[in-house]
Formats: sequence, structure tokens, C-alpha cells
Amino acid sequence: MKLTESEYGKLAKRRAPGTKLYKTIPMAFLVGGLICCVGQAILDLYKSLGITADMAGTLTSVSLVFLSAVLTGFGLYDKIAKHAGAGTLVPITGFANAVVSPAMEFKTEGYVLGVGAKIFIIAGPVIVYGLAASALYGIILFAMQAG
Amino acid sequence: MSRYTGSGTVVLDSTPSVVSFGSAVGKMEGAGPLGSCFDYVSEDSAFGENTWEKAESRLQQHAFEQALIRGSISEGDISFVFAGDLLNQCTGSAYSMRNNGARFIGLYGACSTMAECLALASVFADSGVGSLNAALTSSHFCSAERQFRFPETYGGQRTPTAQWTATASGCAIIGAHSAPPYVKAVTIGTVKDLGIKDANNMGAAMAPAAYDTIKTHLETLGRTPEDYDLILTGDLGYVGSDLLYDLFMQDGVKLGERHNDCGKMIFDREKQDVHAGGSGCGCSASVLCGHILPRIRSGELKNVLFTATGALMSTTLVQQGESIPGIAHCVHLSFSDNTL
Repeated sequence: MKLTESEYGKLAKRRAPGTKLYKTIPMAFLVGGLICCVGQAILDLYKSLGITADMAGTLTSVSLVFLSAVLTGFGLYDKIAKHAGAGTLVPITGFANAVVSPAMEFKTEGYVLGVGAKIFIIAGPVIVYGLAASALYGIILFAMQAG
Repeated sequence: MSRYTGSGTVVLDSTPSVVSFGSAVGKMEGAGPLGSCFDYVSEDSAFGENTWEKAESRLQQHAFEQALIRGSISEGDISFVFAGDLLNQCTGSAYSMRNNGARFIGLYGACSTMAECLALASVFADSGVGSLNAALTSSHFCSAERQFRFPETYGGQRTPTAQWTATASGCAIIGAHSAPPYVKAVTIGTVKDLGIKDANNMGAAMAPAAYDTIKTHLETLGRTPEDYDLILTGDLGYVGSDLLYDLFMQDGVKLGERHNDCGKMIFDREKQDVHAGGSGCGCSASVLCGHILPRIRSGELKNVLFTATGALMSTTLVQQGESIPGIAHCVHLSFSDNTL
């Protein structure tokens, strides 16, 4: 028997079980939606306390990040994420989890080379390309306004 | 004396014995289908240590100690220890051996390491080098995850083809011919790469190597799969095992009836949600030492072809876009010392 790489690749693809989309998509939708509902409730709560809309929005983000960090600390966020997938990855809570989890994991290598150096090991690319995109956007906006 | 027959195959004429064996696993493996087979099950995944790396070394020491206890062997009687693990620079093994004075030979063959260690320990014993030689490997889910994948508390989803690194360790001690199980022959495999690039589908990356080494072993010694009660691979998992059957089917050989895989045996696929099965060089080692060797010793299994498989990748090379080479080595373990 002599298989080429492409023949074997096809065989391997056929044998690989697919993601159960009928399960993962509704779960992502439900949990992602639930996180947004919680965010909305927090926002309304802050507004009802007389905080300005702008400030209430910022405080809501901070609150969600805090909640996610606490859940990550207790090892619960990854258990929810296992079922929720993009539902927990996409909201701001997912970003918080991506920062807190390496901070916890690499504490054993110390606060400088462990926590400090590795805290952005997952979120780093998001920050780098987020900043790069915003700089690019700024340049385009500047050019348009100048023109 | 060991006799090289070509094609990587060494026949061990003196048929050295596996004089003792021991296994140690974590909580999840202890709760799996083979839970009662293991000598030591820890409820604490940190094994009383403060880092996952030290936890793995401690786990390995437990397996080594269990093998010494079963065989009433003292540490000083061991001539050479062939040991390996998945951690960078083979530190899981080096740190587990740092206080016991054993002659230590660190080996790396990813999840194939147990077969590699067992093969070398047996050839040494067959050649009269060393009175008792240990083959010892380990893997720990948490130390492997942080090295190869993500922090433990990161909320990522695993793909359906991903395998679960077992927190497990196994140790087999090989000595001169005395009682079963006997080691009759070993086949060292070649590195095979059929272009699989997905680090979450290691079963597919390793299946061609398993196929090649098993086929070479059978052809070189003029045997068929029917000559064995069990062809035991570790750890192709569900996906890799299916691919192995496909590859043999192309030769018209039905392997399925004689075959099982350590990665399929150690966990309950549905209840423990391990996707494509277990992996890690402690997976095949613990299944071999906890479940298989006792059954060969009792005569329940007569001939077993233990074939551990490894995906020889690193995160660096995977990120550089390279495909994943696989390796497999066979060790023929037998209840009888007659020629097959």
C-alpha cells in the first residue's frame, strides 16, 4: 500500500468526526445572549442609580470583566465555555478570561517572567492588531478630514 | 543474545522477563473503565506538589515505587532506568530520578516513549547488560496542556479529533528470563509523515507510522495479525485507530478484531467527554502496566504486540506550518517462551 499525502489527507478528513453544529451553535447563541442580557441588566441598574449613560457603559464593561475574572479564578468560566464556545469567547468576558487564565497558570514561574511576561500570551494578538487597526483607521479618518 | 534480523527488528533469543510492573494515575483515569487495574490512584491532581511539573515527577515516582514493591525489588538493584515524558528537555523523568541514584537514560518519543523504553530495556537485558532495567514513562494533563496548548482555566473548546492527555504513569522492570511475561522481539519504527498539520488530530498523524511498523514487524518475522491475541496501539485514539484499519484494509488485512488502543481503553469516551480518546506517554504505559501485563502473566493473554505511537511535533514547528511526523515501535510480549 502506498498512499500519497493528498490521498491520505482525504482519508483522514473522512475519518475526522465533525463538530456537532446543531448543538454548538444554539449553545453559543443562548449563553452569548445571556451574557449580553446580564450586561444590559447591569447597565440599567447603573442608569437607575443616576449614573450618566457614558459612565454606566464603562462601568458595565468593568463589571462584566470582573465577573469573568472571578469565575475564571474559581475554575468555572472554562466549564461554561466548554459548552458555550463562541458564546463565552466573543463577549468582553472572553477577553477577561484570556488574560486571567494565563496570569493564574504561569504564576508558578514568578511574577515577572511568569505572570508579567505571559499574561497576554492569548490576548496579546487581539491587543496588537486591535491597536494597529485603530491606528490605521485614525490615519484614514485624518486623510479624509484633511481632504 | 539479541539478534538483528533487519528492518528494525531485533529478536530477543533469551526471552527476558518483565519481572515486575507498576502503574499510577490521576483521579479521572481512576474513575475510568480501567480504574480498578491501576496500583495507585491519586485524588489530588497536584500529587501534593505546588507545580504541575513536580506533580508529574511525583506521579512517575509512584509508578516506579509500585513496580519495585510488586517485585520486592530494592532501588539499588535497578541497573538502568530508561525513562521519558512529554515535557521539554525530558524534565518529568530527570526530576523524578534526581534523588534515587539510578543510571538514567532519558528518552523522547512523544507518546511512543513507553515502547521505546521497553524495547531498549529489553535489548539491554537480553544482551546481559544490567540485571534489572526499568522502562518508565509519564504524562500529566495539566503539565502537557500548559506546554502544548492553553492554560487550564482558559475557556477554549476542543475539536472533535483532539485527544485528552492522560495523567498516568507506568513502569515495567525487565530482567533475565524467569517467568512470563516474556519479551520476544522488538521492532523500531521509522519516522512517517503523510502531511497532517492539525496538532489537534494526532491520531491521524500517527496512524501511518503504526501501520508501517506493525506491517514491518509482521513481514520480517513472517507472521499475521492472527498470531497475536491483541495488537495494542497507544495512543491512536478513535480517529487514528479507524485510519489504521483503513490502511490495513487496503492490503486486504482486517486488523479490527485483534486490535485495541490504549487511548480508547483508558477513558469512557461519552461519560468522560474525551473526544477522540486518551493520549500521552503515560496513557499506553499505565494501560500496559496496569491492565495488560497482569493478564499476560496470568496466561489470559498469550501474545500481545504492544505498539506505542508518537506524534513527534513541537508547538514551534506546528506554528511554522510544518506537518507532524509520527513514529511507532513494537514490542512483542508473550506468555510462553517457545518460539511463536
